[in-house]
Amino acid sequence: MENEYKNVYVFAEQRNGVIQNVAYELLGKANDLAAELGQKVIALLLGDGITDKAQDLIEMGADEVVVVDRPELKDYLTEQYTQAMSQIIDHCHPRIVLFGATTIGRDLAPRLACRVKSGLVADCTKLTIEPDKDGNLDFFSTRPAFGGNLMATIVCPTSRPQMSTVRPGVMQKRTREVGRKGVIQPFTPTFDPSKFKVRLLETKMNDNKVADISNAKILISGGRGVHDKEGFAKLQALADVMGGMVSSSRAMVDAGVMDHAYQVGQTGKTVRPNLYMACGISGAIQHLAGMEESHYIVAINKDKYAPIFSVADLGIVGDLHKIVPMLTERIKKELEK
Amino acid sequence: MNIIVCVKQVPDTTEIKIDPVKGTLIRDGVPSIMNPDDKGGLELALRMKETEGATVTVVSMGPPQADRMLREALAMGADRAILLSDRRFAGADTLATSYALAGCIRTLDYDLIIAGRQAIDGDTAQVAPEMAQHLDLPQVSYVIDAKKTANGFIVKKENEDCVQTLEVEGKCVLTVLASAFKARYMTVEGIIDAYKREVEVWTADQIDVEEEKLGLKGSPTKVHKSFPKALKEPGEVFELSEEEAVELIVSRLKEKHII
Repeated sequence: MENEYKNVYVFAEQRNGVIQNVAYELLGKANDLAAELGQKVIALLLGDGITDKAQDLIEMGADEVVVVDRPELKDYLTEQYTQAMSQIIDHCHPRIVLFGATTIGRDLAPRLACRVKSGLVADCTKLTIEPDKDGNLDFFSTRPAFGGNLMATIVCPTSRPQMSTVRPGVMQKRTREVGRKGVIQPFTPTFDPSKFKVRLLETKMNDNKVADISNAKILISGGRGVHDKEGFAKLQALADVMGGMVSSSRAMVDAGVMDHAYQVGQTGKTVRPNLYMACGISGAIQHLAGMEESHYIVAINKDKYAPIFSVADLGIVGDLHKIVPMLTERIKKELEK
Repeated sequence: MNIIVCVKQVPDTTEIKIDPVKGTLIRDGVPSIMNPDDKGGLELALRMKETEGATVTVVSMGPPQADRMLREALAMGADRAILLSDRRFAGADTLATSYALAGCIRTLDYDLIIAGRQAIDGDTAQVAPEMAQHLDLPQVSYVIDAKKTANGFIVKKENEDCVQTLEVEGKCVLTVLASAFKARYMTVEGIIDAYKREVEVWTADQIDVEEEKLGLKGSPTKVHKSFPKALKEPGEVFELSEEEAVELIVSRLKEKHII
């Protein structure tokens, strides 16, 4: 059985025809996994009028793209997508299928895993190919559990495909290879519309069209110590000077000071900017889970015992309300040089 | 209308600490609570009971201690509580768990099944969609509002970038966000009453399942290993004047080519 299931597949999530970043990140990781296995990377592109996006996926790392271009797949709906995906799995026999751990991926993947009766691992932060106890190469998915307090490595020894959802922002996408050649394979599923019991009536895009903090190279992040909107204005001024963005801990989101879209952590976003400056953030484990992979971490906090200092490359014990505005002025001068 | 709510007893993960010497989880003294998203699900069911009239049954799979959480559900206003508790369920991953829950629910009368989006100990969000598949019912996840219609439900779903309104025909499974349904408190009478009532304890023999699909045997995924998160080497921490602090930050950012 083992051998007829092969290749690493990526569900290339798109919304309104726009390929989501997490799909590129997964293609990047799938390349590592496929290389270890000596197999191919295959992207699954589902939607309506999306065939012309297939080349984009090839340039970002797919060797092949299976395209299901059908009006039934215009908007994401669980049953329509599950029918198409389960037929692809029955036909192609993937070894591994990866999904972004988004509201779409986390709705589709479990429905599909149960339909094809295979194992699924949620919200992974690390994927590896390693020898199992018999020396055969196997797929290992590692994920946080217990609110980020514990890591668990999960295997799916006998059933196929092995499926995982992966947090956006965790894997690295590859550099685009313009003009890269690959195979584009159309796939035509047979839909059973009698099972289509859910109809989309309306989609209301969020008003505050916020830029995605997971794309920022520099994040000036605020916690309880920032106190209020005026405090965040100080962080924003520093972020503006540095060309970065402001983000927030859960405490300030719960307090209604910041919108959920800016939240870093276990129940918010995972970020890995070049600079993460944590201002007045104590550093609960759930927060650290979302930012500790940042390249350089500066923490400013009044409490020298704050756990944030345990992950910071540079820790400053002091008052952010004084230091941040001074730092803003100082960096402004530095950049004018 | 008959509504079934799936609930799970979980350790309050915000209270878990790591032993700094041994690097293991300290679970002693960590309180067990009703999973917050599930509690939101129960709240939605109880609101529907008030507006539409409904019988609310809570179902949980877990050890005998989950009795306490189910009594909390009764004290909040649930009408019936069933605890699936049997050694044969032990070691179940999400597929086997969802299979057992589906096997229980299949024996009950229902119009709507509500579950929490995800549990705070496992954080998988997989059990409810898998259960919906076992039952061959439509699902809507990340639900923030739901209303009964003549032949189904109108449901609002929260995505990262939008809110969608969906129409569901007939019975379905909804998974809800705790933040959308602030749960009520138990009443004093409710608590007293809850301890006079029965929490039904069911075994695998009472539900509609094949035994080899339960528990560890029925689980395609296995935990290979678990370990506390590796702590990074802490960097340097300085107590300086503000002027010195600013200069230090600027020099480090220049060293790292960030500015």
